[in-house]
Amino acid sequence: MKATEAFLPWLDFDIDGFVSRVTEKDVERVLEKEVLGYQDFLCLLSPVASRFLEKMAICSQQLTAKHFGRAILLFAPLYLADYCQNACVYCGFRVMNRFPRKKLSLEEIQRNGEILAEKGFRHILLLTGDAPAVTPVSYLEEAMSILSPMFDSLAVEVYPMTVEEYQKLRLVGLDGLTIYQETYDRKVYAEVHPSGPKRDFFWRLGTPERGAQAGLRWVTIGALYGLANPLHDAFWTAMHLMTLKKYYPEVEWGVSLPRMNPAEGDFVQKYNLPDKQFVQFLLAFRIFFPTVGITLSTRERPEMRDILIPLGVTKVSAESHTEVGGYAEHQEQVPQFEVADKRSVEEIKSVISSKGFDPVFKDWVRMA
Amino acid sequence: MDSPLVIGNREFSCRLFVGTGKLPSSRLLPEIVKASGTQMITVALRRVNLSRPEENILSYIPEGVVVLPNTSGARNAEEAVRISRLAREAGCGNFVKIEIIHEMDYLMPDNEETIKATAILAKEGFVVLPYVMPDLIVAQKLVDAGAAAVMPLGSPIGSHRGLRTRDLIAMLIEKIDLPIVVDAGIGKPSHAAEAMEMGADAVLVNTAIATSVDPVAAARAFSLAVEAGRISYLTQKQQETLYAQASSPLSGLLSEEKL
Repeated sequence: MKATEAFLPWLDFDIDGFVSRVTEKDVERVLEKEVLGYQDFLCLLSPVASRFLEKMAICSQQLTAKHFGRAILLFAPLYLADYCQNACVYCGFRVMNRFPRKKLSLEEIQRNGEILAEKGFRHILLLTGDAPAVTPVSYLEEAMSILSPMFDSLAVEVYPMTVEEYQKLRLVGLDGLTIYQETYDRKVYAEVHPSGPKRDFFWRLGTPERGAQAGLRWVTIGALYGLANPLHDAFWTAMHLMTLKKYYPEVEWGVSLPRMNPAEGDFVQKYNLPDKQFVQFLLAFRIFFPTVGITLSTRERPEMRDILIPLGVTKVSAESHTEVGGYAEHQEQVPQFEVADKRSVEEIKSVISSKGFDPVFKDWVRMA
Repeated sequence: MDSPLVIGNREFSCRLFVGTGKLPSSRLLPEIVKASGTQMITVALRRVNLSRPEENILSYIPEGVVVLPNTSGARNAEEAVRISRLAREAGCGNFVKIEIIHEMDYLMPDNEETIKATAILAKEGFVVLPYVMPDLIVAQKLVDAGAAAVMPLGSPIGSHRGLRTRDLIAMLIEKIDLPIVVDAGIGKPSHAAEAMEMGADAVLVNTAIATSVDPVAAARAFSLAVEAGRISYLTQKQQETLYAQASSPLSGLLSEEKL
């Protein structure tokens, strides 16, 4: 686990000390540079850089056009099950939340897949809670066998697996992985994950690397903003990404910046990532990583998504349901979080086109 | 009088090939073809969506224009071969651009894997256009492998840096008996003209057209530049020299008639 080991020293870096010394001149200098180092990224995250948002936006827009063109990939999440053995204090699926849990049958998976394919999706992301006893790798294998003929790309956002397990799923069509560390702040991580296998910070930290070792084509990482100091999490996410990219250059690395939305339960956010700072962070990621994909989820409000589409985003989810089998089922399952952008795929497509971008549904060719 | 460029038994009078990967809309393609006169358009098979005609880029390519599917996304020869076969099955014809990349920042092509894929596909009857880092030895191996042309990069994809590999491309132009199509890094019409002027047979432009504020006008500008560069190549075949050469040579004054 070379990349994970190489990342660990960054967890002790004095982020606040560095940021307190950043000046306007530093930010101006960074915006003139072509290749940025970690100090430059921290300058762009600093409060001082918020005065340069317009310049950062132009820079981000140009870099994105150069490396990704005017195309935005659309994908949809499909929740297969909401069983979970963790007690994450911020999540609607946590083990102590009492509601009727559900796991899709193979017929229901087929039906939900057909509906998503009918809407035009060719890339989907499969999600479950963290309950390998209920949704073991064999269940995911069966689900993918059903879905892979319908889609060009299948990715997962499920419990962390071993390299061998990811390899097993590759054989039935898995090509991508999304895994959020939630927070890189070890103290907060322990607090918000009081019980369950997710308590193991380091096992989760090594997950993207295990995905890369298994030969997955794309891996997206990120922090969940609202759990800990957002500036710290943004910096650590970038350093994690930087080390992963160094050791696994063949992987299409991506980053997402999800912000907390209301969920079942009574979690009160101690931290907040306001809109302006959220945009600043997203621009900073683009400028620091010109070739990395940036995903924008339906957690964001429509007006925010519309603003961000031309500024550096490359993948957006659309018409998402965050409850199990939400596309076909009539019964009301509990969503993992509230979707803020409830617009239809057609509406999102038309917004993307109106901004001079091409809404793309297919960006991979299934070879298996 | 110029002769047409021939690749795989197809004749091309326009020496500008156009890429589609970064366009704001496939609907622009007919206008781009009209403005540029291009007769070859590249498409990434990973983007070809046959399930929805309105989202299928192939349905926007005018008849008579050669479709050059590329193997974008392939990380080794095996994947490139499989993508090429899928492209042919999908009705994209038998032209294919081999693009094998397993490093996502500079997108440098893997020459070794490219040679392998070229050999396999050429044997299967494909017209293979391999995208490579310019290297004379590699190009010679591609000739032996059955390539129909060689596509050296000018500089990294989308970088707009122009012909940073100019001297290496010049070696291919001089020594390789196949069409040389300069691909990647051509950010301005002047870069395209430069490539043509030094003797390249064609250029492929994607990012600079697709991400221009006016892709149709940009396609026209590149087309004119390619044509100008070609005419210049055909008419200006002179060696550069350090010394001045009089435009009214002294030898004229010393001709026998005047003595």
